[in-house]
Amino acid sequence: MELFVIFLSAVFVNNYVLSRFLGICPFVGVSKKLGPSISMGMATTFVMTIAAAVSWLIYYKILIPNNLTFLKIVSFILVIASLVQFVEMFIKKISRPLYNALGIYLPLITTNCAIMGVALFLVDMEYNFIQSVIFGFSAGVGFTLAIVIMAGIREKLELADVPEYFKGAPITMIVAGCLALAFSGFAGMI
Amino acid sequence: MAKNKISLIKEFTKGLWDENPVLVMLLGLCPTLAVTNSAINGLSMGLAVLFTLTSSSIIISTFRKIIPDEVRIPTFIVVIATFVTITDLTMAAKFPEISKALGPFIPLIVVNCIILGRQEAFSSKNPVGRSIIDALGMSVGFTLTLTLLGAIRELLGAGTIFQIQIMPDSFANWMVMILPPGAFLTLGFMIAGYNWINDKLKTQ
Repeated sequence: MELFVIFLSAVFVNNYVLSRFLGICPFVGVSKKLGPSISMGMATTFVMTIAAAVSWLIYYKILIPNNLTFLKIVSFILVIASLVQFVEMFIKKISRPLYNALGIYLPLITTNCAIMGVALFLVDMEYNFIQSVIFGFSAGVGFTLAIVIMAGIREKLELADVPEYFKGAPITMIVAGCLALAFSGFAGMI
Repeated sequence: MAKNKISLIKEFTKGLWDENPVLVMLLGLCPTLAVTNSAINGLSMGLAVLFTLTSSSIIISTFRKIIPDEVRIPTFIVVIATFVTITDLTMAAKFPEISKALGPFIPLIVVNCIILGRQEAFSSKNPVGRSIIDALGMSVGFTLTLTLLGAIRELLGAGTIFQIQIMPDSFANWMVMILPPGAFLTLGFMIAGYNWINDKLKTQ
């Protein structure tokens, strides 16, 4: 039950993009078309789940026992960067179609603050191992949900008559604002 | 000499307007949106970025000839992460309230694309002096934008700027402005406003 609450909270109530503002760069950059945004969402979910597990292990099994918690930031970013590299090589080896679908998005994920955010939040929240993995996975699902909805809206937006100065980034922000407003309706749920 | 001086000034001012990191390049949007629910938070975030960006630019442009090309990105990341750790721990020790308000967004400066972007695009190719000017220009532009965004949201959402009451008592606070949706909406209007002003300047 508790795990389910973590899931719901990360997907809807504290949606990573729309209420915690993590992963805005890919959210704005890759949400022009529906197809790529789904792939981006899947790649992010995949890396986030693994990153949550690995950073939990690093923090609680290496940094805390050795009293090295001040190295948190340096070690998390290095772990995430090398993890993404590793995942890319691994997918390339085992599944060619999956690599073709996610391939180009994987390097982009390294600088995606959502991944680093997952690592930092699970330390802040003092989750145990299972909770951390669920949290990482659901944060990814939340990200996917937001980016897919956004891509759907932006595809329709191409046909809309947007005022001159609002074309491009401004209208995207305002659409995201409306989406965030809709998502804030979930706020009282948990 | 005079020409050199002009280009130095230009190096600084491009970050303020022409290449403003937030409004034009849309970099570092996560902290921009997340912490600007008040002017003071926007300002502190800007200053934290200013310190990190300037210090890492100094280090990286000093060692730019020694860092091998193949491992430059990991090197940049480690340098940046070191300065972010310094900022994070200093803020937690000296300004616990602000550090609490900004939460994980101080450690998240490490993945802020402005910083890595400047190292890759500028510091790794230019001498120290120039890199400092460039870093200062970019971070001042970032700080001003964040403070302005924070001030607008605070004014409309709580009727204050830097906790000083501005709006009359009869003004009903627009709660939504200090909530997440307000961040997106305000930034959207700010970029539109920027485009409008820029267009007017160009046609003149």
